[in-house]
Amino acid sequence: MSATVETLEAMERPPVSMGSRLEGELLEVSMGPQHPSTHGVFRMNVALEGEIVRKLKPVFGYLHRNHEKIGENTSYLGSMPYTDRLDYFCSMTNNWAYALSVEKLAGIEVPERAEYLRVILAELTRLQNHASLLGFLLNDMGAWGTPLMYAFREREKILDLFESLSGSRMMCDYMRFGGCRVDASPEWLDYAKKIVDRFPRFVDELEQLIVGNEVVIARTQNVGNVSAELAVSAGITGPMLRACGVNYDLRKVDGYGFYPRFKFRIPLGEHGDTYDRLMMRLLEMRESVGILRQAFEQLPSGPIINPKVKIRAFRPPVGEAYGRIEAPKGELGFYLISDGGPNPYRYRVRPPSFINLTILEDMCLGHTVADVMVILGSVDIVMGEVDR
Amino acid sequence: MIGTGILKGMAVTARNFVGSYFDKERLVTVQYPEERNPLPENYRNFPFLIYDGDDAHAGLRCVACKICEKECPPQCIYIVKSEDKKPDYMGKPQFYPKVFDIDVSVCMSCQICVEVCPFEAIKMDKDFELSTRERFDALLMRKDALAKSNDYYRRISPSDAREVDAKLAAAAEAAAKKKAAAPGAMPPAAAVPVASN
Repeated sequence: MSATVETLEAMERPPVSMGSRLEGELLEVSMGPQHPSTHGVFRMNVALEGEIVRKLKPVFGYLHRNHEKIGENTSYLGSMPYTDRLDYFCSMTNNWAYALSVEKLAGIEVPERAEYLRVILAELTRLQNHASLLGFLLNDMGAWGTPLMYAFREREKILDLFESLSGSRMMCDYMRFGGCRVDASPEWLDYAKKIVDRFPRFVDELEQLIVGNEVVIARTQNVGNVSAELAVSAGITGPMLRACGVNYDLRKVDGYGFYPRFKFRIPLGEHGDTYDRLMMRLLEMRESVGILRQAFEQLPSGPIINPKVKIRAFRPPVGEAYGRIEAPKGELGFYLISDGGPNPYRYRVRPPSFINLTILEDMCLGHTVADVMVILGSVDIVMGEVDR
Repeated sequence: MIGTGILKGMAVTARNFVGSYFDKERLVTVQYPEERNPLPENYRNFPFLIYDGDDAHAGLRCVACKICEKECPPQCIYIVKSEDKKPDYMGKPQFYPKVFDIDVSVCMSCQICVEVCPFEAIKMDKDFELSTRERFDALLMRKDALAKSNDYYRRISPSDAREVDAKLAAAAEAAAKKKAAAPGAMPPAAAVPVASN
């Protein structure tokens, strides 16, 4: 893989507020793939003028595991545990997106209780993903450890819930076509309610810790601005798009699952900078807590899986389907083509963090190297999903 | 005033620090391995084979149908079917696995083998302290290492085991009734020496 950076004499220099104005050569720095702030094995070739980034080229593929080809060679059910390994922070939403596309492909109905459980687990996933993202982001800014430990303390409580329900903390493999695998016991629901009720206390603390903090404001405001036009044309989704002020949330737009039954608001940013992206996560956590409370109240009893769906020898009819959900990181979609056989003819993942990463250079140009870390942290990438 | 935000943040850390002495919610560290959190009942990591009774060979429920081998997504199961038959828990002569290997370095604990098994023969274990000094043979679990008694399964996941036991007892009862109803019923197959084919 050649990753050379051309010299940039022809390029117009963006205005900079700091750094050396001396004319000099560009310095190429290869950041990563083993770098504490790159959230996995991600490399950036950065051309620097002093401390200012003049060009940035992302290099990825270090964690490529052939996910899509494996998906085309195993049964439909066999791909379900592999989807856990895409974005290993949010295996529940990955399961849901995949189950949704297969259900669309084969026309499977999902019982009501299963849909509610899916909403509950997806929102719990959103809580723990956003909490740990904020921790990592502050870690990248130099708040070494403290916010991350607080975030992980809360995340661990939610992972305990996942473990006691599905058997595994992160590789849940919980959803099945036409429902869910294990029913939530009343004790589990009580415990989950308790954790959700305590969660706003953590959000309040996190808000106190970061929102008014001068260092956070200096490091994030007006850093990595994205305009709404750029975000829309690049296909950015999720909190990153909403930070630019574009009101687009698949929970409202598609209304998949039972989301139309819940009352919640979509937080919107204004400037599209790192600070807005950070605040999006904080506000979304509060909305998720609201959705969870409503879901716990409305949760009906009944079966959790459609008994008509066969576990073995599952063959959906010939056709194609694209199922998408609002994962914590953005629009997560699975595109499947079936030729009537036991495995998909084509299996394609639309990973949100990969597509959100495509505008990294646009966000970083003209900022310092230290800001690249913060901007990358605010994109919310997981390399398991970027490289697949 | 500049600095108030930082002071507010420091107040939060101070609250967490002091609170960690009084509030269990804030002090979550568990001193593993001296202290352990109890494992949830649904916890799973690697599969094992169940046998009834005391003899791991005679009581093994697996009939080497190879469904789990076929369905396993990372293909970590390897089975060789026996040539002869042995009676299963209902006394019916069945094949048994001559070789049953699970490569736990490949297994991804998805429990699809458990879901597809029609004989309740393979279940998920809870033993997670499996570190070894080398990564080849030591992580390849053979049939002897995999076979664990039903009592063990009852101990690690009591409510699932109760369900399975009830299901198998009902199946055995139905089979016995059918056999009794059939004219000129054969004596139970378990009593007959098993013919090899």
